[in-house]
Amino acid sequence: MFSRVIRTIQLGLKSLLLHKLRSGLTMLGIVFGVFSVIAMLAIGEGASKQAQKQIVALGARNIIVRSVKPVEGSSNDQSGGGTPRYGLLRSDLRRLQKTIPEVVSAIPIRELNREARYRKFTMQSRLVGCTPEYQELNQLRLSKGRFISDTDRASRANVVVLAYEVASKLFPIEDPLEDRAIQVGDIYYSVIGVTEPRNASAAIGGSLSGQEFNKDLYIPIETFRARIGDQVYTPKQGGMDSEHVELNQITLEVRDVQDVIRTSEVVRGTLEKFHPQKDFAVVVPLELLKQAEQLRQIFNVVLGSIAAISLVVGGIGIMNIMLATVTERTREIGIRRALGARRRDIIEQFLTETVVLSGTGGMLGIVLGLLTPFAFRMIRSFALNFVLDPKTLSDTSKMFQEMQPEVAPWSLPLAFGISVGIGILFGLYPAQAAAKLDPIEALRHE
Amino acid sequence: MKMAAQVIDLQKHYDLGPVVVKALRGVSLDFPEGDFVAIMGSSGSGKSTLLNLLGGLDRPTSGKYILGGEDVSQMDDTQLSTVRNQKIGFIFQSYNLISQYTVLENIELPLHYRPGHPKLSPVDREKCERMAQRVGLGQRMDHRPFQLSGGQQQRVAIARAMMNDPEIILADEATGNLDSVTSIEIMTLLRNLNDEGRTIIMVTHEPDIAMWAKRQLVMRDGVLFKEIVNEVRTTPQSALAAQEDKAFVDDEVAKATLAALPKTASADPGVVSGAVSGEKKSDNSSKKK
Ligand SMILES: Nc1ncnc2c1ncn2[C@@H]1O[C@H](COP(=O)(O)OP(=O)(O)OP(=O)(O)O)[C@@H](O)[C@H]1O
Ligand SMILES: [Mg+2]
Repeated sequence: MFSRVIRTIQLGLKSLLLHKLRSGLTMLGIVFGVFSVIAMLAIGEGASKQAQKQIVALGARNIIVRSVKPVEGSSNDQSGGGTPRYGLLRSDLRRLQKTIPEVVSAIPIRELNREARYRKFTMQSRLVGCTPEYQELNQLRLSKGRFISDTDRASRANVVVLAYEVASKLFPIEDPLEDRAIQVGDIYYSVIGVTEPRNASAAIGGSLSGQEFNKDLYIPIETFRARIGDQVYTPKQGGMDSEHVELNQITLEVRDVQDVIRTSEVVRGTLEKFHPQKDFAVVVPLELLKQAEQLRQIFNVVLGSIAAISLVVGGIGIMNIMLATVTERTREIGIRRALGARRRDIIEQFLTETVVLSGTGGMLGIVLGLLTPFAFRMIRSFALNFVLDPKTLSDTSKMFQEMQPEVAPWSLPLAFGISVGIGILFGLYPAQAAAKLDPIEALRHE
Repeated sequence: MKMAAQVIDLQKHYDLGPVVVKALRGVSLDFPEGDFVAIMGSSGSGKSTLLNLLGGLDRPTSGKYILGGEDVSQMDDTQLSTVRNQKIGFIFQSYNLISQYTVLENIELPLHYRPGHPKLSPVDREKCERMAQRVGLGQRMDHRPFQLSGGQQQRVAIARAMMNDPEIILADEATGNLDSVTSIEIMTLLRNLNDEGRTIIMVTHEPDIAMWAKRQLVMRDGVLFKEIVNEVRTTPQSALAAQEDKAFVDDEVAKATLAALPKTASADPGVVSGAVSGEKKSDNSSKKK
């Protein structure tokens, strides 16, 4: 039985090799079909891995609560003098820590966009008041010095850790750690550390934009409160803008991943009691992760279907050629029938030929598909160097810049299986047409 | 006498809608084992139709066909395929070799369709080579049909027809495309097979060719018109002698052809002995062994 299969395949190969050009061209349809299935899935996979990585960076066990500025006029803010007062409070932080047992830690952040200055160098950056835990939470690595410590917090020290980009902008030559102090507003901070470059995190919903860690300045949150205070004034056109905010963000860490969703509900409920004006938002990375997973599946189905269409087109090409082949080889079919070939034998013969054809095409397509990541990088660097201007790229295309297509191992057998399936599907009709020929008429043919 | 094939009141009608063509209108024939029959008759008399029925390529409208003791007339397509493979050897006017196959592969072909599709054994391969040698193509087993002359191609077809030891050999105008010397070559091969006991039924238009058979059946309008028993049969030697008389072709070629072929039991060595012995060595090297 097995040797017979081998023999039929040899036979199929032989008659295909007889018309190399024709077989090759017919195969191309399948080659590109399989290639595009693999490539599409690889790109989809790469994009979703990228998104997942960014979401995971937010922490699957974390719940992020952000202060949200209520829409102008809609709030019944309790502050006098026209200064809007909104957002999370230090009392919220304490309450969340105390009342929800699942919460392991709660890390507060206060942030403000300010210009940093060192001598004649300036840079727009984000001043972040935080705690030592912030470093681990955001996986910040230091290239120099140390991160802020509890001692810094207690003493409300004027110390700052510079993010990579700020450091290189303000200190193009000098070493920032050598007793240097930078100026933010009218306050001086001495530099105690510099971070390594870090990729931006995912932009998640309207409440939390993608964080670019590279433009940050980290100071102890107590220092922030002591030196700057809750009420801040920001110059704006025609005067000063002021607002009163205690905390911009609280990141809660939950003990067990399974409790994250439920705990986030509790957090929301707890806060709603004290914030009737809804000046906060709860972001759950785990939820985002699940959404991203669903999105990925939809993405795969859509991309896969597009690629499948080209496979079907390839299949029709095969059917076309096989029908022509059957007509061309009518005499041969008649001879085989006269020598004792049953209808089944003829069907097998032609079906094997199409399957060998589409299978070989599938194999070549897989080889091409494996080259996808390489080809993608080439095309991307070409596009970035000659076609697109990197400075004008949006966030989405930055994602395109960083993503790596990943050939999913399961897509290889899938694509090969589909190509063989296409061969059978589209080969069946020509094969049956061949088998149905009347032997006498076939022998009389041309 | 044991029958190789037997047809009883065989009818074949082609229903063409408005008209029904009655190609065979009741033919009854017996073919004893070892028979050598030439079917004659004018064009359209139903010779090919009869031969196709005998070959299991078609089913009769009515009547019986017993082949090797088995009723073949009501078999389905698959069973008929097996019958064609096992009991019938076909030789066609236009050779019908598969052009992309070598001589040897063409000869092997019927073995691939044996019931159960067994793999070719070394014994099978040896038999194929023996057959190729037997029809004088031992040196050309790797050639393809387009590299062969018509006569050589027909010899491949004969070797192929012999592969599964068929009950009967059917030849439809096997010499129709060949010149007279090559026809003698082919007919000599058939004659040898018949002398070994093989049953041969051939259709021909040429009275000369029909004289090689033991008897002639003349058809007319789908029925058997008359039967002629050949009292004096053509032998390879007599055919060649007649050929020489006509001086159609170069003597040397003709003699070489004859010399290359194995002698038949009924050959009369006296007639052309001188010529045969004279040419033997020159051609032996290429055809024998
Ligand atoms: N498939 C067919 N459909 C319709 N009519 C057919 C078919 N095959 C043969 N016939 C008819 O049957 C009759 C006998 O045909 P057949 O081919 O047997 O003649 P033949 O004796 O072999 O003639 P020839 O010597 O020219 O080969 C003819 O009238 C022919 O037209
Ligand atoms: Mg005919």
